[in-house]
Amino acid sequence: MTLAQATTTEAEPMRIGEYLLGHLRTYGLLFALIAIMIFFQISTSGTLLRPVNITNLLLQNSYIIIMALGMLIVIVSGNIDLSVGSVMGFVGALAAVMIVQLDVPYLLAIVICLVVGGLIGAAQGYWVAYWKIPSFIVTLAGMLVFRGLSLLLLEGQSVGPFPREFQALANGFVADVFPAGIGQTFAAMFGARQVNVLALGVGIIAAVAIVWSGLRARARNRAYGVVDEPRAFFIARNVIVVGAIVFIMFKLSTFRGLPNVLITMGVLTMIYAFLTERTVLGRRVYALGGNQKAAKLSGIKTERLTFLAFVNMGVLAAAAGLVFAARLNTATPKAGFALELDVIAAVFIGGASMSGGVGTIVGAVVGAFLMGVLNNGMSIMGIGIDYQQMIKGLVLLAAVIFDVYNKSKQG
Amino acid sequence: MSALLEMRSITKTFPGVKALDEVSLTVREGEIHALVGENGAGKSTLMKVLSGVYPAGSYEGEIHYSGGLAEFRNIADSEKRGIIIIHQELALVPLLSIAENLFLGNEQASRGVINWHGTFRRTEELLHKVGLREAPTTLVGKLGVGKQQLVEIAKALSKEVRLLILDEPTAALSESDSQALLDLLLELKAQGVTSIIISHKLNEVRRVADSVTVIRDGATVSSMDARTQEITEDAIVRDMVGRDMAHRYPARRRVAKDVLFEVQNWNVWHPEQSDRQVIKSANLKVCAGEVVGIAGLMGSGRTELAMSIFGRSYGQNISGSARIKGQEVDVSRVDRAIDAGLAYVTEDRKSLGLILEEPISRNVSLAHLQGVSQNGILNDNLETEVAERYRKAMNIRTPSVFQKVMNLSGGNQQKVVLSKWLFAEPGVLILDEPTRGIDVGAKFEIYGIINELSAMGKGVLMISSEMPELLGMCDRIYVMNEGALVGELTAEEASQERIMSLIVTE
Repeated sequence: MTLAQATTTEAEPMRIGEYLLGHLRTYGLLFALIAIMIFFQISTSGTLLRPVNITNLLLQNSYIIIMALGMLIVIVSGNIDLSVGSVMGFVGALAAVMIVQLDVPYLLAIVICLVVGGLIGAAQGYWVAYWKIPSFIVTLAGMLVFRGLSLLLLEGQSVGPFPREFQALANGFVADVFPAGIGQTFAAMFGARQVNVLALGVGIIAAVAIVWSGLRARARNRAYGVVDEPRAFFIARNVIVVGAIVFIMFKLSTFRGLPNVLITMGVLTMIYAFLTERTVLGRRVYALGGNQKAAKLSGIKTERLTFLAFVNMGVLAAAAGLVFAARLNTATPKAGFALELDVIAAVFIGGASMSGGVGTIVGAVVGAFLMGVLNNGMSIMGIGIDYQQMIKGLVLLAAVIFDVYNKSKQG
Repeated sequence: MSALLEMRSITKTFPGVKALDEVSLTVREGEIHALVGENGAGKSTLMKVLSGVYPAGSYEGEIHYSGGLAEFRNIADSEKRGIIIIHQELALVPLLSIAENLFLGNEQASRGVINWHGTFRRTEELLHKVGLREAPTTLVGKLGVGKQQLVEIAKALSKEVRLLILDEPTAALSESDSQALLDLLLELKAQGVTSIIISHKLNEVRRVADSVTVIRDGATVSSMDARTQEITEDAIVRDMVGRDMAHRYPARRRVAKDVLFEVQNWNVWHPEQSDRQVIKSANLKVCAGEVVGIAGLMGSGRTELAMSIFGRSYGQNISGSARIKGQEVDVSRVDRAIDAGLAYVTEDRKSLGLILEEPISRNVSLAHLQGVSQNGILNDNLETEVAERYRKAMNIRTPSVFQKVMNLSGGNQQKVVLSKWLFAEPGVLILDEPTRGIDVGAKFEIYGIINELSAMGKGVLMISSEMPELLGMCDRIYVMNEGALVGELTAEEASQERIMSLIVTE
């Protein structure tokens, strides 16, 4: 052993402690999700992780996750959007009226709905960005207006059902492109009834991609002498993430394969994670939320950025509305009621800060899953809606208290 | 005179750092005692020990106050004994009136119902004492910083103060407000109030202090008594920095070149009161390689002028032209002003210059993100490299460029702001109070950077409330008063007296 190696191994233990303290939040969230999943897996005697339930879990939470992506950006920019539940319901109603009652081709209807969502976001963002009216007020008004508008549009009735193609938006699965023979071979190997090779393959490719990009970033950090994650953590984190992805995809592959919604969610999550972490645009949003005045004096067009954050939120709320309507196969006046609170809670559980400038896409998605697993697990256990609400509320409070405590510790 | 306060061998340790090492401080009854030292020397820590923020038992050593051993457990404890601190950041509620602020937490009430009549009467007495002619019902937010400072002092007086501690009371004040405040201190002294004043402004220290204690690196370096010896600024500076600073301003070689930046007939109106003209047809020019100062009192419109030029960040109805190298440039938005080659280093780095929660690297790149990205995609490594380069060039003291800016000292924060603007590669830098609230050593480094900039052929426009700084640094000085540039002096002509007389006579 050379001297250099000796010193690095010596320095390691102290660094791990330091590192863990600095990144308690990231790991805490991941471990909390795992702990909750293990808890429900045991307490529901294995129901939680059955293929059909995993599929349900993804479908049930897809619209929350889609909206959480936009909400994260709105909250990082230092604002909030209380209207997303109503907007989602309104767009679902609009889709139903167009497709079911007016026979508009469903693809055209989807495009119109997304544009309408963008316009709704623009209408709200305009007042927030250019008139400096607090977003809380503007979107509270929006919440009431669009709730009312969907009632008006649906005349208080439920409208449905949708054509099969539109339903596939939420309930469809990607067909296996591989010959059935391969799937049967795998099925025999793993002792499963059937295996969707595409789903399993996508899972493995995703896992490999995650490890590869992690290794690359690590090598780059090394080269620039950046203090990075201790090796033990890197390995442990990757084993857990890769294990979870492959496990879930395997489970999915033994049921009906890849849900369309999972693809939509996955792609959107990747796009938004890239946008927020790696682009100039994303960086400016963080700067805006971190210190609006300083951002403005640094040449950032803060008004336009705020405006765009709301437009983006509107489009994503519309997308969520379409998925929701397709999943229920009907548009109801109550669709999306109080959902904005779940979305906002997911973002805060994911580590975003109320005052803006802090938060990550991955955190928001994990936060949404955490809430989703709680909902799902408690429902399976037969816990009443009364207790469910209380427990969710306390989890949100605990997460934020943990944040604040953590911050004061780092001082 | 006997000692009112005696702090003996105070030692205070934080995990890993010895903030105070056997510091002693003796303040006699009825004197004004100046406590000076560089930022981070331990002045504030010492005052926190004194006021009970760090309770008895958390430090070693003894505090003797008013003839007995004092062991304060919290601020309320020390306030009860008449020790009152006025912090640099004023603790006033802007949306409450003067009267409400004065008696905040000490309301003149019986059974929870406030006696407004008595409150206003006492407020008027106190305001009279500090020489503030404002109605008790005036909202504090409507007052300037100087007047707010007086409200703080009135508040202290309402509590039967025996030992008044002022932390950098004149840092944010104009020359005349500072004078008024110092006069008030002398008057309070005559009434028997003892005070400790923490200050960076040595001329003020010399003017009012009866004795001076210098602290450096958490230890007492010297104690001087003005009644028995002559205290010179040089002696204080020497003790503060631990070396003889023959020149407080680095020597600069003057290079007169062509006109680089020119503003003509610049008019600005107040953002809310559209009938109030804040800047009145200002004309100024800065040559390449020239350092030009703008002197003036607080509220004379210097910052307003600078910010209105920089992307119309202040005011409305702005008219006038800005030229760079003779070409008219569009400075109507901040991004356009930056593109035109302007940079504005704000006087308020914490709220206008930095994103405190973010690391140094991200703050440095903020005004020039295209410099660390391709096609809108950031290059983190390049960003780190850039920050690293400025850390070395500017001598920013930090373990790494990933340190959050809020953890840096004032001087290092200022260097981060400067780095940010240098990275944007401007031709003209407007520096607004570039050395406010930073210590002597860091000031010297900032001056060095300014000289380097001018040697590179950049034009520097420097706003400062410290006249010696302008006189020491500038090739030319504009004097501003009530929104107009009322005079222009070359380095040879300029002196504090001439600048003041221009302000007073115009």
